[in-house]
Amino acid sequence: MDSLQFFGAARLVIVAGKGGVGKTTVTAVLAQAAADAGLRVLAIELEGKPVLADLLANTSVEVITITAPEALADYLDTHGLKRVSKRLATSGIIDVVATAAPGIDDIVVLGKLKQYERSDMYDFIVVDGPAAGHAITFLLSARGLLDTVRGGPIRTQAEDVLEMFHDPTRCQVLLVTLPETTPINEVIETAYSVEERVGVQLGPVIVNGVDLGEPIVMVDADHQPIHAGADLLAAAEYRNHRRRCQQTELDRLSTDLALAQIVLPQLAVAGIEPTDLAVLAVALVRQIERLPS
Amino acid sequence: MSKRELPALDLVVRDAEIIISCGSGGVGKTTAAAAIALHAAALGKRVVVVTIDPARRLADALGMSDGLNNEPTLVNVSDQPESSGELWAMMLDPATTFDGLVRQYAESPERAERILANGFYRNIAGALSGTQEYMAAEKLYQLHRDERFDLVVVDTPPTRNALDFLDAPATLTRFINHRLFRLLMLPARKGLKVLNIAAQPVLRTIGKVVGGDVLADAIAFFQAFEGMEIGFRDRADAVAELLHSPVTHYVLVASPRHDTVEEARYFASRLAESKLSVAAVVINRLQPRFGTGTTEEAHVAEATALAAGDTALAGLWRNLGELCALADAEEGMIAPLVAEAGSAAIHRVPLLAEDVHDLGGLREIAGHLFKVSDFGG
Repeated sequence: MDSLQFFGAARLVIVAGKGGVGKTTVTAVLAQAAADAGLRVLAIELEGKPVLADLLANTSVEVITITAPEALADYLDTHGLKRVSKRLATSGIIDVVATAAPGIDDIVVLGKLKQYERSDMYDFIVVDGPAAGHAITFLLSARGLLDTVRGGPIRTQAEDVLEMFHDPTRCQVLLVTLPETTPINEVIETAYSVEERVGVQLGPVIVNGVDLGEPIVMVDADHQPIHAGADLLAAAEYRNHRRRCQQTELDRLSTDLALAQIVLPQLAVAGIEPTDLAVLAVALVRQIERLPS
Repeated sequence: MSKRELPALDLVVRDAEIIISCGSGGVGKTTAAAAIALHAAALGKRVVVVTIDPARRLADALGMSDGLNNEPTLVNVSDQPESSGELWAMMLDPATTFDGLVRQYAESPERAERILANGFYRNIAGALSGTQEYMAAEKLYQLHRDERFDLVVVDTPPTRNALDFLDAPATLTRFINHRLFRLLMLPARKGLKVLNIAAQPVLRTIGKVVGGDVLADAIAFFQAFEGMEIGFRDRADAVAELLHSPVTHYVLVASPRHDTVEEARYFASRLAESKLSVAAVVINRLQPRFGTGTTEEAHVAEATALAAGDTALAGLWRNLGELCALADAEEGMIAPLVAEAGSAAIHRVPLLAEDVHDLGGLREIAGHLFKVSDFGG
């Protein structure tokens, strides 16, 4: 598969995964690689401190942040409630409303994503999805609201979002994980939940921070153990063991989940910088090229 | 050994009645909480650890494979001969905890059932931002008063912001005190049977957005809740007080990644603002070092081996250099947190080859946490 085919599969891609798996880094890598392929790219942050803008500062990628309160105010404005929207927001009534029908804050954000997806201003839109356990609730909000809200503009919004979810050429979810037991267990569970309960198309699973490489040789040409310091041997033993464990987890992921895998290398850096991003983007494209068309 | 020579966490375990393990998601908060609890039990304490959404293997290790159980269960630590203490474990079920509070404060069982069956209440119990955090705090309060336990160790929910936990009681109080709440209560207080929605512009607007059914549920809830808010508010105040009391100690957990370090620093600064202190900082999943050599030395040795034509030895040095560079990078990343930790000791836990899946694994973590040589960082 070439990059253009990969990034052209769906216009909107939501990157999801548990906390600590490097979701934001993966979002940035996808954005950079798509921009390198000549696409007009929009990267969207939903929460937290703005990180993507700094990471992608030297690229053609446009970065924006969408927060629930802003999206809700915007939503009320465009639905004939402009007069009261400010009052609703400042008085905190919005919070109580969001409690009355949980998922409203998620659906207005999803509605906003859908707006960008429909706009034709971008070829590829990548979203740094919500963190921790929130990803599934976020994606499920549309379906949940259909059960609780039986009429009105919020219901229409939920229906539109579900329609987008069910069209794999419009929207896909990419799950990010690490090559370790618990993150692999969790990504398998999440994948099944997302497919069964949300019905959105899943793209390849992205395994982040993989230590790639051949085993470190610990014998000489005559297959005799190398004479070297204990620290050297212990370090080689450790590295080989880690790599075997990671490989076992990657194999288990292939067996248990019928999705293609993209592995990104672990970098020995103190926080990802724009230059590291470029390295990872090249690694990503190489992985994409290995995927079947 | 005098008390002062003990690692900070050891002192905390001996003195504290409550230990709260906090940090961002994925850093090993739950595992740290469980390891601390296991160690305290080995010291002879009767400990209960409250976990929130633990990884399956950790739940297995604590004998909680059957899933959510809102009551503490005794963990079998009989393979630990010296232990005269007890380790209890439970998984928090926020909705059940909330239901219990409603039953406690409702004036009659009928009133309680009316609330529990209400759609709006189910939404609050399941999804109000802060409910899970508040219920964790509430459970902590209940367990602290439970005669069966000397020490309560609590894991915090994997929220976007670890501070939500500290703020949770205030969030609940704010919700109950909200103007809209009072507005919705009004008809109940005046004894009106039917609330005229159309008469309230604000309600009319909300009704337009979320639909009439949702609003009707909300109104029914607030009417049933009438009279209970004082009990809830007083309880929230008592919980908040306990979170700020000197018997409660905070353990910050981070991993060597930029965002978790930043989150931990932010949490520490907010605790300091509230005049609370971090008892210990745990940094999990660190790349272990092999020997005391530097990355530079490894590079030189690799070049020397290559020049001598010994590619296998050069490969070993290259590997050592790479691992060393990774450890250096991590050390740089956690440096700000270490520098700011102040009187809180830093406890480093290396990245283990395997996830914790039994008590032995937890003991290994505890061994790193309670190692004397880590004292002072």
